[in-house]
Amino acid sequence: MSENPVETAIPGAVVGSSEYRGQASLEIASAQIVEVCRFLRDRGQFSRLSGVTAVDWYPTEPRFEIVYFLHSLERNQRLRLKCRVPSGAPEIDSVTGVWPAANWYEREVFDLFGVVFRNHPDLRRIMMPDDWEGYPLRKDYAVTGPKYTYTEE
Amino acid sequence: MSEQPPNIAETENDTAPRRMTLNMGPQHPSTHGVLRMVLELDGETITKAGCEVGYLHTGIEKEFEAKLYQQGVTLTDRIDYLCPLINNLCYCLAVEKLLDIEIPPQAQWMRVMLSELTRINSHLVWLGTHSMDLGAMSVFLYCFREREDILRIFEMFSGQRMMTSYFRIGGLALEPPRGWQQAVGRFIDAFPSRVDEYEELLTKNPIWMRRTKGVGYATPADLIAHGVTGPMIRAAGLQWDIRKSEPYSSYEKFDFEIPTRTASDVYARYEVRVEELRQSARIVKQALDGMPEGAWKANAPHVVLPDREKMKTEMEALIYHFKIVTEGFRVPAGEVYQVVESPRGEMGYYVVSDGTARPYRVFIHGPSFGNLQGLPKMVEGRLVADAIAALGSTDFVLGDVDR
Repeated sequence: MSENPVETAIPGAVVGSSEYRGQASLEIASAQIVEVCRFLRDRGQFSRLSGVTAVDWYPTEPRFEIVYFLHSLERNQRLRLKCRVPSGAPEIDSVTGVWPAANWYEREVFDLFGVVFRNHPDLRRIMMPDDWEGYPLRKDYAVTGPKYTYTEE
Repeated sequence: MSEQPPNIAETENDTAPRRMTLNMGPQHPSTHGVLRMVLELDGETITKAGCEVGYLHTGIEKEFEAKLYQQGVTLTDRIDYLCPLINNLCYCLAVEKLLDIEIPPQAQWMRVMLSELTRINSHLVWLGTHSMDLGAMSVFLYCFREREDILRIFEMFSGQRMMTSYFRIGGLALEPPRGWQQAVGRFIDAFPSRVDEYEELLTKNPIWMRRTKGVGYATPADLIAHGVTGPMIRAAGLQWDIRKSEPYSSYEKFDFEIPTRTASDVYARYEVRVEELRQSARIVKQALDGMPEGAWKANAPHVVLPDREKMKTEMEALIYHFKIVTEGFRVPAGEVYQVVESPRGEMGYYVVSDGTARPYRVFIHGPSFGNLQGLPKMVEGRLVADAIAALGSTDFVLGDVDR
C-alpha cells in the first residue's frame, strides 16, 4: 500500500483497495474522508464528483458503505472511494466543502438510508415527504407497505 | 375620484428590505412535470433560488432489488422517459460488464443507431417545449412532426413507442424487423433539412436572441463543481463527451464531432443541442450504411433467451428458457459503475451484485439531478422571466431526477 500516493500523503487513511473489471476503488477510513477528497481534488486532479450513494450490507457491521464516484476530466480517469459507517452511529463528514455537487447526493443518502452527514449545509429529506418515518433503501425496510396519504399540516 | 389609493411604497418602512418568496411550481407549465422552484425576490430580481424535488419519486432503486436482472430493464425505461433506450443501454452495459460477456457487432451498432435516434427524439422534445416556454409556439409543432417519425421507428423495432425495453442483457430483445433500413433511411435522409427548418425559425430570430443571449450564464468552474454535465458543460467550452472519452458499444468506430460553444448562456446551449442533432444524424447514417451482418444477441445461453424456433425443436433450449424465465441467471459478485452520454449528460448505473439472480443494489446517477443542482448559479441575480429560459435550458426530466 505504500506506493499509493494517498497513503503516503495521509498515513492511515487507505484501509484497502481493489480493482474489478478495470474499475479501481479505494477503501478509506471514514474519519479521514474529507481530507482524502480534498487531497484527490487538489493533487489528484479529480475535479468532479459524479455522485454519492450508499450500500446497506445488513446484517454485517459496519453496516453502511458510502460510495463516492470521483472523475478526473484532465486525466479521463474514474475512481471510487468507499467508507464504512456502523449502524449504531451512521455518521460521516460531508464533502460538500470539497465539491458542492455532493449536496443533493448526500441529502439523498440521508433520506433513503438515514446516514447523517456532519457539516452539511442543508441536511433535509429530498425525495420522501418531510414527515416520513424510516429509511426506504435500508435492507430491513419492506418493499410493500401501507399506502401513504398526505395530510394537511 | 376623491379618494386616492395610498401609495404602498410610501406607507411601508422604506429601509426594510421588501423581499418576497415565490413558489414556482410544482404545477407551473415551465416545470414540465412536478418541480418546485423557490425564488426569493427583490422586485423582479432573484436574490436566492432553490429547487424542491422528489414529487415524482417512485422508489425505482428499491424496486430493482426485488426484481431479476432481466426484469430490471423494463424499469430503466421509466427513469428518463424521454430517452428510454439510452437508459436500457446503460443498465445492460453495466450488467454485461459484471457478467463479462461479449456483444456481437451487429447488436452493438444497432444499439448505437437507436441510441442516436433516441438522442434526436429527446432533443426534439426539448427544443419544442423550450421554445414554447419562451413564446415560440410553432417550433413545437415542427419538432413533434419529426418525433412522431422516430416513435414509429421505435414501434417498428420493439412494438412500443416510448417504453421500448429493446436492449436486453446480451443484445437486443427481438430481431431487427424487415424493412427497417428503408424506414430509418427515409427519416435520416430528410432530417438534416428539417433541422434547417428549425434553425430558420430560431437561430437568427431577434426575439429568440433577445430572450436567450447572455441569459442563464454560469462560469464553467461553477458548473463542474455543481455536477453539471452534457450539452450544458459543452456550451461552457469544455470539450467532453463520454462517447469520445470513454467509448462504449463501439462508438469509437464512428466519425462525429463534439460541438462546443464558450458563451455558456441559453443561446449557446441551444446552438450545441441543434448541432448535436446534426451529429447524431451523421452517426445514424454511418450505422445504417455500415451495419455489420451477424448475430443480434450474444452467444451466452445461460443469460440470453433462446430463439423461439429452437425452443420448439431443441430440449436444451427449452431448459435454458425455463431456467432463465423462472430463476433468472446468477451474476458474479462485484460492482460496476457504467457511464454513458445521455442527451442530458453523464448517466451512470452503479450495479452491485452479491452473486445471486437479483441486483443487491442499483444506484442511478441521472444527469438531470446534477444539472438542476447548478440552476441557482444561473438564475441568482437575474430576472424572474429569465429563470424560465435558464430552467428550460437545463433540459431536465423529472423522472430522471426523482427516480
